[in-house]
Amino acid sequence: MIHFVLLVSRQGKVRLTKWYSPYTQKERSKVIRELSGVILNRGPKLCNFVEWRGYKVVYKRYASLYFCMCIDAEDNELEVLEIIHHYVEILDRYFGSVCELDLIFHFHKAYYILDELLIAGELQESSKKTVARIISAQDQMVEAAKEEAGSISYIIAQTT
Amino acid sequence: MNSIFSGTRLRDMIRSIRACKTAAEERGVVRKECADIRASINENDPHDRHRNLAKLMFIHMLGYPTHFGQMECLKLIASPGFPEKRIGYLGLMLLLDERQEVLMLVTNSLKQDLNHTNQYVVGLALCALGNICSAEMARDLAPEVERLIQFRDPNIRKKAALCSTRIVRKVPDLAENFINAASSLLKEKHHGVLITGVQLCYELCTINDEALEYFRKKCTEGLIKTLRDITNSAYQPEYDVAGITDPFLHIRLLKLLRVLGHGDADASDLMTDILAQVATKTESNKNAGNAVLYECVETIMAIEDTSSLRVLAINILGRFLSNRDNNIRYVALNMLMKAIAFDDQAVQRHRVTILECVKDPDASIRKRALELVSLLVNENNVKQLTKELIDYLEISDEDFKEDLSAKICSIVEKFSPEKIWYIDQMLKVLSEAGKFVKDDVWHALIVVISNASELHGYTVRALYKAVLTYSEQETLVRVAIWCIGEYGDLLVNNVGMLGIEDPITVTESDAVDVVEDAITRHNSDMTTKAMALVALLKLSSRFPSISERIKDIIVKQKGSLLLEMQQRAIEFNSIVDRHKNIRSSLVERMPVLDEATFNVRRAGSLPASVSTMAKPSVSIPNGVAAAPLVDLLDLGSDDIMAAPSSSGADFLQDLLGVDLGSSSAQSGATPGPKAGADLLMDILSIGTPSPAQNNTSSIDLLSTAGINNNPSNALDTLSSPAPPHIATTASAGGMFDLLDGLSPSPSKEATNGPAYPPIVAYESSTLKIEFTFSKPSGNPQETNVQATFINLSPNTFTDFIFQAAVPKFLQLHLDPASSNTLPASGNITQNLRVTNSQHGKKSLVMRMRIGYKLNGKDVLEEGQINNFPRGL
Repeated sequence: MIHFVLLVSRQGKVRLTKWYSPYTQKERSKVIRELSGVILNRGPKLCNFVEWRGYKVVYKRYASLYFCMCIDAEDNELEVLEIIHHYVEILDRYFGSVCELDLIFHFHKAYYILDELLIAGELQESSKKTVARIISAQDQMVEAAKEEAGSISYIIAQTT
Repeated sequence: MNSIFSGTRLRDMIRSIRACKTAAEERGVVRKECADIRASINENDPHDRHRNLAKLMFIHMLGYPTHFGQMECLKLIASPGFPEKRIGYLGLMLLLDERQEVLMLVTNSLKQDLNHTNQYVVGLALCALGNICSAEMARDLAPEVERLIQFRDPNIRKKAALCSTRIVRKVPDLAENFINAASSLLKEKHHGVLITGVQLCYELCTINDEALEYFRKKCTEGLIKTLRDITNSAYQPEYDVAGITDPFLHIRLLKLLRVLGHGDADASDLMTDILAQVATKTESNKNAGNAVLYECVETIMAIEDTSSLRVLAINILGRFLSNRDNNIRYVALNMLMKAIAFDDQAVQRHRVTILECVKDPDASIRKRALELVSLLVNENNVKQLTKELIDYLEISDEDFKEDLSAKICSIVEKFSPEKIWYIDQMLKVLSEAGKFVKDDVWHALIVVISNASELHGYTVRALYKAVLTYSEQETLVRVAIWCIGEYGDLLVNNVGMLGIEDPITVTESDAVDVVEDAITRHNSDMTTKAMALVALLKLSSRFPSISERIKDIIVKQKGSLLLEMQQRAIEFNSIVDRHKNIRSSLVERMPVLDEATFNVRRAGSLPASVSTMAKPSVSIPNGVAAAPLVDLLDLGSDDIMAAPSSSGADFLQDLLGVDLGSSSAQSGATPGPKAGADLLMDILSIGTPSPAQNNTSSIDLLSTAGINNNPSNALDTLSSPAPPHIATTASAGGMFDLLDGLSPSPSKEATNGPAYPPIVAYESSTLKIEFTFSKPSGNPQETNVQATFINLSPNTFTDFIFQAAVPKFLQLHLDPASSNTLPASGNITQNLRVTNSQHGKKSLVMRMRIGYKLNGKDVLEEGQINNFPRGL
């Protein structure tokens, strides 16, 4: 299973974290610090796997962002690479050629999409189209609610 | 300003945080935002909640504390609208984890949302439950989730399936309830539902044997058919990844088949065809195809023996191994480790390639390859493989040397065909990576050297040569100076030359140079310096002609900043100086170290000390009972005193600082630093299980200290009031009793009955402590001790307090003392209860500290009690 998902920028800034196994706040920051140290320092042509505390971390770099997923030692590393790519493709479709800034200002969207892809650290959907459809259905519900609330919910409209 | 318009928008906050140039500036912005959010939370305006939480999530991601927002999540989840719930659940998953109590409060909202009429709300609740539910929540909500597995919309079915996966992981007892629902999912056509259904079945099979049997009987054929359909299906753009239709589904199906086939020949038989088909037909030029192949190979190797399939699998791995892609090579190395179990020969064929991988620039690959190589080694190829690895050790990265040298050492140790080869290889490793090897490696080497009596001369000469070139390799230096100390005469006189050796000329002073170099080099550590000092003492007897020079070096160490070194230097100096008559017998060669005992100790089985006693001690010249010196180490660990709760931490620290009953403990008014004890342990441990030769020329440092007691009277006068038991310490025999605490005959005391003589536990000029003992009937481990404190001075002690600490194997309970004022010539009593978990094996030992006020001044006295009657 996937224990956590981590998106880290080239500069070591955290862009997204999702924990499927319980880690305390302290452990989380330690894990992030430790792993970004290891992964950001790896050379370009090396393999995409890092052994870490008895687990494996599969990472892949897309432009300025490192997508990392931590899995059990016996899991299929190559498949996890595909899952990462799957996620990136869905993000790309949703935002229309996604860039780091999209993920910063619309971080909640990135989380919503991830939640349609993974639950309990396992893959939920292999079809990009299905994920896109479910996300847009939910976005529409939010839009509709906003319109309905109209004037009073001005603030909510501004923030999402 | 109206409250509705207070605060910044999310977007603006992110902008201003991004605009920060320094971390301090960022902290400032975040602090201000957090303050605003708190204020807004206190106003309790529902319209701000949404935005507040979004901001908090961003702040949380930056690593700042956001616990004050947790309740806001719950409020949002409880509100009726979808947008609020959506962000509320997101916040819940982000800001909380399963271990937080607050989470329990959300159970009710979750239950309602699981029954909501809007399927997207149900989806949100399932997602949150699947990601962070605790065991309690899993129990509470399992019936809802189970029902939702049959829901009409596939989107909910798949979420419910994964949610169930989490539930059965958290509460395995619930697995039975999900078996039926899960098997219904396997008939689905919708890929998402199928993937999650297969995942749930896999989870159930690994948790519950009944489930495994059920799925094996009912679903194996269906799953094989599903896999066949998907493998043979025409191009489906929605699921196609690099020419493979839904590799994710492929992989999950193969994984489930793996557990179904494992240990069941019939099921394995059914799946052979389809596995062969996947293994041969899957395209391997893209990652997706390789992922499927990889999973297929795993399945082939896990199911019951179908040899033709395994050949296919090994061939795939061979192809992987020669792939240019590092990821594929990594995976291949990983898999070959499993393959070695059933086809060693096939893996051996790839040995050369695997050895190349050990030298890969990629650390992950190197590590895998090294593991694999160590599995490949056998008697036939050990020489060749070791040579390759050692050659590589010379040029490898610094940070890889530790792993590599450790592996080489374990290989060499395990398979070495002869001792000389072992010693040669170890010397090479120490020369190249002596800085990186662990202690037990060079300890083991010394044990082997000690046992190879015909190679002593060869070894010491080889070490001498090596240390001249590689003097910066700490452990090499240690082994070298130990050997020079022991076998210095062989070095100088070229004794025991082997045919393969070039003769070298080493003068006595050359040999001493090496040792002097080690002791004076500033970056030598304490252990090395101490070993060098011992070596010098030994050489002073081996090389009488230059003993003056050696003495000078020893004398210089009197000025060492390390207390232990200082003390030893003084002691050794007096041996060299004044006790020439006993010196030669004192520094005789160490008796041969017992390999078997060392290996057992290394394996970490502590009872070894007992079994050693039973073993015939063949190698001991005088036939005197062997008291394995290594047991000192044992005491060392016991020495971590378990102080009773009443004592303060600094007290414990002080107690720890003193090393055991050796006279060094009494040598200073303040106890030696902890490092001192360590050093002593280390020095002693070199010899590990060294038997005592006889009582007068007993071993090494320890006994020199004992014998040295008289000459170093000067020291004794410096020390705090010497406890009476120092007398016992001075005799070597007594010392062993004190130190190893196990030499005794265990069975005797049991029958001895409860009469134990009282002892004087401590006596100084002002205070005397007597112990009387009684045993409660029925529990031989327990001893009641009545301590009587007698004031020998003409003054009254006030605030009298007695503290005691015991090693881990003992438990101590202190009752309150009869009084805390001790009148002149009067006495008070205090009861102690000691439980000895090693009763019959180890004697009691106790360390104590007495504090009181005498004429308004604090007085502190300390001591160790080693003279407890046996068998308590």
